[in-house]
Amino acid sequence: MRIEEHPILSFDKGRRVDFIFDGKTYEGYEGEPIAAALHAAGIMVLGHSHNKQRPRGFYCAIGNCSSCLMVVNGQPNVRVCTEKLQENMIVETQVGKGDLR
Amino acid sequence: MRTTEIAIIGGGPAGLCAAISAASLGAKVTLIDRNDNLGGQLIKQTHMFFGSQKQYASIRGIDIAGILMKDLDKYQDKIELMLDATVIGMYEDGVIALEQNEKYIKIKPQSVIVATGASEKFLTFPNNDLPGIYGAGAVQTLANVHGVAPGKNVVMVGAGNIGLIVSYQLMQAGINIKAIIDASPKIGGYLVHASKIRRMGIPILTSHTVKYAHGKDRLEKVTLCRLDEKWQQVPDSEFDIETDVLCISVGLSPLTELLWQQGCEMKYVPELGGHVPVRNENLETSMKGIFVAGDVAGVEEASSAMVEGRLAGLCAAKALGYIAADFEEQKNDCLDQLNSLRSGHVGEKIRSGLAQVTV
Ligand SMILES: Cc1cc2nc3c(=O)[nH]c(=O)nc-3n(C[C@H](O)[C@H](O)[C@H](O)COP(=O)(O)OP(=O)(O)OC[C@H]3O[C@@H](n4cnc5c(N)ncnc54)[C@H](O)[C@@H]3O)c2cc1C
Ligand code: FES
Repeated sequence: MRIEEHPILSFDKGRRVDFIFDGKTYEGYEGEPIAAALHAAGIMVLGHSHNKQRPRGFYCAIGNCSSCLMVVNGQPNVRVCTEKLQENMIVETQVGKGDLR
Repeated sequence: MRTTEIAIIGGGPAGLCAAISAASLGAKVTLIDRNDNLGGQLIKQTHMFFGSQKQYASIRGIDIAGILMKDLDKYQDKIELMLDATVIGMYEDGVIALEQNEKYIKIKPQSVIVATGASEKFLTFPNNDLPGIYGAGAVQTLANVHGVAPGKNVVMVGAGNIGLIVSYQLMQAGINIKAIIDASPKIGGYLVHASKIRRMGIPILTSHTVKYAHGKDRLEKVTLCRLDEKWQQVPDSEFDIETDVLCISVGLSPLTELLWQQGCEMKYVPELGGHVPVRNENLETSMKGIFVAGDVAGVEEASSAMVEGRLAGLCAAKALGYIAADFEEQKNDCLDQLNSLRSGHVGEKIRSGLAQVTV
């Protein structure tokens, strides 16, 4: 959900761009964190815990806690709370710890 | 290898003020932040600050960041900015390593001011990892910086200043706050904030805590309960609130990894948020040439972080031979400001914490 009206703040957003999350196309603003774009699209589950596969969302939103690791453009373990959205980015749910390629 | 006179790690209020003060004395400064913008926590603070005129009271945090940035511009020729750059190591030989644009960069500074701030603490209860349970600062970042609502309803855990202010800011953004709860029998934050919130009809439940979170893929409901004077659960006092967001605001802990790595003497001081570096009056740690300022030295406020930054900048520059004619006067001004910020009943905890780590 985007905040459309605010008494104090105005949000200068980037260009509207498309990105792909787990095979489906979504819209977001260029330069905003990937997690913000996903959240605005109603997606709260970003990853899963390694052992019990419990769903995980973000927690700190400033890159401290690693609760939000996803695969972005093929690269695993990207903290999507700080990684900026770009046009046509491919964002995927990460399974396991991720492999170095 | 790149060199600089003073490397400042963290561009929040503490790091910004440190950079301005050191550069104003003539030192060459490299200011490093992992974000692509400076200001640290200030850029999400849409409320008027407290403190005295000297620390920009009654100006909004985001605007204070703007003022500091302008001051910084005056010393462009002295200050090198490295943004989107995360410091990942500080080594025995004084080299600091950072990652920028997927490159590993090494810098050898003559001294370092660590101003990395603090991170949010967590709370233990069953299912505390469900999506929808977020740090209060995280929710503030999402809503105030990126314009995205965390959800429809929020239960806030923690009635300290951060919990109260973030609740108020979320209401401004049109989000419904169902309740603010705190385990302590007293509201920790300033009463002005608490009464503003109560006037808007939001219950502040003291002596309450979270017992359980419910939900499958995301938070749907929380079970709360009442606590007695001994902080034990009152039997049969559980009740449920339906909510899609639970915000945790139970304090911050200093981001001290780099100081540990460097071998600075550390001490556990709960009053300051956890492990903090032992330091002298000049904010120099047990390692010569390594200074600290702001929340990393003990969780306080932006007002004191700014003054500490200025003090650390002055002292680090002096140690390198950049001595202001009025050094003593400036230093005493900083110490006086810090004393007055930490005076009275509100400053009691900070004063007792600092007494344990200042040598
Ligand atoms: C909701 C809320 C309300 C507040 N209200 C007030 C108020 O009314 N009045 C007041 O005085 N204070 C207030 N504060 C407190 C104030 O914001 C903080 O005390 C202050 O920002 C601390 O400043 P700092 O410079 O130490 O740290 P920060 O502002 O946290 O800055 C630290 C910086 O270091 C960077 N960093 C960390 N690690 C690294 C690394 N390894 N490499 C590179 N960069 C790094 C971070 O990205 C960040 O930019 C509030 C805080 C919150 C969360
Ligand atoms: S949410 Fe903490 S690192 Fe992304």
